[in-house]
Amino acid sequence: MKQEFKVITNLVEKNTRVLDVGCGDGTLMEFLKNNKKIDIRGIEISKNNVQKCIKKGLTVIEGDAEKDLTQFPDRSFDFVILSQTLQAFLNPKIVIDELLRVGKKAIVTIPNFGFWKVRLHLLIKGTMPITKDLPDEWYNTPNLHMCTIKDFFNFCNNRKIKLDKSLALHNKKTSLITNINLTIKNLSAELGIFLIEK
Amino acid sequence: MNNTINLKKIIIDKALKLDCGKIINNFPVAYETYGTLSNKKDNAILIFHALTGDQFVSGINPITKKDGWWSYAVGPGKAINTDKYFVICANVIGGCMGSYGPADIDSNTNKIFGTNFPVITINDMVNAQYNLLDFFKIDQLFCVTGGSMGGMQVLQFVSNFPDKAKIAIPIACTASHSAQNIAFNELGRQSIMADVNWVNGNYLNEKLNPDKGLSVARMAAHITYLSKNGLQEKFGRKLQERDNLKFGFDADFQIESYLRHQGAVFVDRFDANSYLYITRAMDYFDLIKQNDGNLSKAFEKSKTKFFVISFTSDWLYPTSENKDIVIALNAIGADVGFVEIESDKGHDSFLLNVPEFLESLKNYINTSYLKN
Repeated sequence: MKQEFKVITNLVEKNTRVLDVGCGDGTLMEFLKNNKKIDIRGIEISKNNVQKCIKKGLTVIEGDAEKDLTQFPDRSFDFVILSQTLQAFLNPKIVIDELLRVGKKAIVTIPNFGFWKVRLHLLIKGTMPITKDLPDEWYNTPNLHMCTIKDFFNFCNNRKIKLDKSLALHNKKTSLITNINLTIKNLSAELGIFLIEK
Repeated sequence: MNNTINLKKIIIDKALKLDCGKIINNFPVAYETYGTLSNKKDNAILIFHALTGDQFVSGINPITKKDGWWSYAVGPGKAINTDKYFVICANVIGGCMGSYGPADIDSNTNKIFGTNFPVITINDMVNAQYNLLDFFKIDQLFCVTGGSMGGMQVLQFVSNFPDKAKIAIPIACTASHSAQNIAFNELGRQSIMADVNWVNGNYLNEKLNPDKGLSVARMAAHITYLSKNGLQEKFGRKLQERDNLKFGFDADFQIESYLRHQGAVFVDRFDANSYLYITRAMDYFDLIKQNDGNLSKAFEKSKTKFFVISFTSDWLYPTSENKDIVIALNAIGADVGFVEIESDKGHDSFLLNVPEFLESLKNYINTSYLKN
């Protein structure tokens, strides 16, 4: 399983209620359910992925996270997970607000646009960066709102969102992001993983 | 219309108070079963039929000699696998396939009820069928499912009996019959009542048959079960066994001929008064109002797991209305899954060979049973 999912799994407490927003084919859901006795639900926009989840016996709702989170009551989940999807929304700000309304805590992961390879690609080649985590061309990428670890860090601080834990992921290694090493981590990490609450 | 075949029936000797206030006693509920009930009695699936369905879900219907109405979904090795599950389906009360209905004899007058039969509701249908659990000594059903009016019964069943089904799969239905649907049903009823042979519902006593009216009702309803694209693709403007228009009112177009055929075969198997009673029951169905405007309340006592299914081209029971059920369930933290199946076959999709639908149904049922 992806290192990212392992990190997320470690952040989620046992015997809790979890919502996986944009749950894909249910890989993470299945793992959480089997290993941490989590009561887990998923929302997924792709019909194909929804079918895969059903086949795995997972409870999934076909829907658009940008519109369909409104149906869940306040604080109805202990954790809400959003894995590498924030940048694909039309309005990420509203989605974050919704995650923190529906969940007591949220786990958000973002592909870091500040990663040195991304920066170098743009600097040297002068074209939109294509990397392992950002494989698409500028014209067909689903990513509308790319951001860096620093951007997200600042976003949370400015909006008084508590960063319970900020982790940088590089080459399957996780490290803590702090105010002091933020600039370095923003350069060296491919992925940022944040545990946040309101 | 079913005198020659021996239908399985239970006689309900417990009095049932109907929503209209009347009490019925010693009335028959006709049913059919498929597969075998397990020793643990944990594999029973109760299927509720739609407006014109009956208890013959699978195999050959002994009355019509055609495939059961849900043969694509139910049978050995099918999505609802009768090698594995014990399937029960009953004819609704108000129906005409052996259960208590307007074609039965009124013991007070010794005449056929006709429109003297009490008006029944979805709630009444479900309460009548609940007796099947006692009859088969099943404490909890593994699953309740059905499409269209069958789906409404699924919702009502869980609301009435919150701990009697492990999982519930309402398909292509609604929690509250819409104005458009009431309108279409009224069109069908008026068509029947406009037939001179209907004679205020007394046609069976007078040996008449309002088959023209019933046939038109069926034709109109049939259009609502399909989609515009589906019709266009299947029929377009194709002509029926002719090369040119005939400049008359014969069935020039294939679609006309198709609808006439649908109407004609329907009257052979269905009772006009039953059509009135069952459509009325659908129109009266409003689970939201039953719960003072809060649909969630219908399910708050239940631990039943839900899986709601809708179809993209179903404009009679559109995705939005199916989603309202999902929203109500999510509001109380119920375990609910939802999928909208891509299909151009309209409302009828749930009855047809729509592989993605059948696959979802199969996988949901099988994985839920594993967790038993």
